[in-house]
Amino acid sequence: MEFEAFRLVDQLEQLTLDPGRIAMRGTVPERSTILDAHFPGHPIMPGVLMIEAMAQTSGYLLLAINRARRMPFLAEVKEAKLRAFIPPGAVLSIEADLEHEGSGYAVTHGRILRDGKRVAEAELRFRTVPFPSPELQARTRAAMLGVGIPPGASE
Amino acid sequence: MAETVDAIAEIIASTCNMDRATISAESHIIDDLGVDSLDFLDIAFAIDKRFGIKMPVESWMEDVNAGRASSDDFFILHNLAARIDALVAAKTAA
Repeated sequence: MEFEAFRLVDQLEQLTLDPGRIAMRGTVPERSTILDAHFPGHPIMPGVLMIEAMAQTSGYLLLAINRARRMPFLAEVKEAKLRAFIPPGAVLSIEADLEHEGSGYAVTHGRILRDGKRVAEAELRFRTVPFPSPELQARTRAAMLGVGIPPGASE
Repeated sequence: MAETVDAIAEIIASTCNMDRATISAESHIIDDLGVDSLDFLDIAFAIDKRFGIKMPVESWMEDVNAGRASSDDFFILHNLAARIDALVAAKTAA
């Protein structure tokens, strides 16, 4: 993970398209200006970044399913639970299941596990729209490759 | 279709925290009830789940934006209910 670059996942661990399910690995950085401030003397991963990690993981799942043709934008976070502190250096498994793919939207269930124990979960809802710019699509495809997901991924 | 209208009205009332009595078969979901796009996302999800369908909302909106249809055709409750019933029937027949 690189908090300052808003990169909250590192590498694909597992992906199935039907049913839609993904697991990604992310290691919390040992040092970050964000951790310096959150909190001094007690650094922990901010809850909003835990939610963002689940959103990015869900986003990669949706991109893999639609073959990077439509961009998911986070629209709603429901029933978010942040169950434990996550310290610097923690290795996390960030998972998401596709609950429903509708017309122009999708719903996922995300969760974060540390040492097999669930530390966070949320239901996430996305708008899925045609890419608003070629640059975003190109950068998104590059980001997918960077975490180990071919943009045209099939199982 | 009356049952479908009732089901949609219940979904709208609970999703948007509205009084069920203010919603009728003639209500326009956007113009009369003031449902915004984010609430409609929740309503669409609840309808899709309740009826086991995928409402083609994007193609409906394309038709409205292109002038091929009126928003009344999709967003007045009894018209939406008729479309949902047709989608359910098509799914059952498939």
